[in-house]
Amino acid sequence: MHAQYEIQGGDFTKAGLASSEVKKMLKQLNLDPKIIKRIAVAMYEAEVNVVAHAYHGIMDIELNTEKIIIKVQDTGPGIADIDKAMEEGFSTASKEVREMGFGAGMGLPNIKKNADELILNSKINKGTEVKLVFYLNHQ
Amino acid sequence: MIISEVLKLIDGKIVAGEKYLSREVSKAFSSDLMSDVLTLDTDEILLITGLINVQTIRTAEMAEISCIAFVRNKKVTKEMVSLAEVNHMVLIECASSMFSVSGKLYQAGIQPVF
Ligand SMILES: Nc1ncnc2c1ncn2[C@@H]1O[C@H](COP(=O)(O)OP(=O)(O)O)[C@@H](O)[C@H]1O
Ligand SMILES: [Mg+2]
Repeated sequence: MHAQYEIQGGDFTKAGLASSEVKKMLKQLNLDPKIIKRIAVAMYEAEVNVVAHAYHGIMDIELNTEKIIIKVQDTGPGIADIDKAMEEGFSTASKEVREMGFGAGMGLPNIKKNADELILNSKINKGTEVKLVFYLNHQ
Repeated sequence: MIISEVLKLIDGKIVAGEKYLSREVSKAFSSDLMSDVLTLDTDEILLITGLINVQTIRTAEMAEISCIAFVRNKKVTKEMVSLAEVNHMVLIECASSMFSVSGKLYQAGIQPVF
């Protein structure tokens, strides 16, 4: 199965819409609720990052019986130092982002905690790709 | 404890999900930081927050939280209520501070997440 959703950068009124759609779809597939929650939390933080830090994004979902791959690709400023961005507490978020309850530098570390695999690629002044892999039949 | 008892204890007003008054709550977490809420492994908790915006409801949706108490006399918006209703959530408004609400519920036996 394959699906794509758009993410509008800067628009906090719609932040989470894509994640919400994907979560509903996963619920219909009767996956383990624990896996669904891990996926929901990780993709939502990734979606919020596009809204908070980039201009425009696409959330791409690929699902088979073994795993689910979520790619969140954006056009935006990119991340200069990925190791630094992964550190808990590091944030360049604006005041507006913090007023939304985000911007404490906890998103990427929490994405890493929840996903089985996290692959981050970024090019300055071009954009960022966050690839998340979740294995569905974990023991 | 059920939601209607929570309402009485904190002198709260229910603004969404009136039909879920008999839903059980046993654990709670107080925070204005949604990234913090998203780190919790426990779900089905009561979220106590002063953060008024749609992202609070979205965060609850993602984190499997179905009851939120808004403290410090903050007023929930129409958009928040509609999104909460779609997700079968209970929203409560309360005039007291986060400390006061947390203290009353703790004293009455609601457990902390950690
Ligand atoms: N999609 C993105 N585009 C550009 N920068 C990003 C993106 N995602 C994360 N970052 C950078 O990494 C930092 C840390 O991200 P994160 O851990 O999610 O914390 P927060 O979003 O709360 O700042 C951000 O403050 C930002 O500088
Ligand atoms: Mg973030």
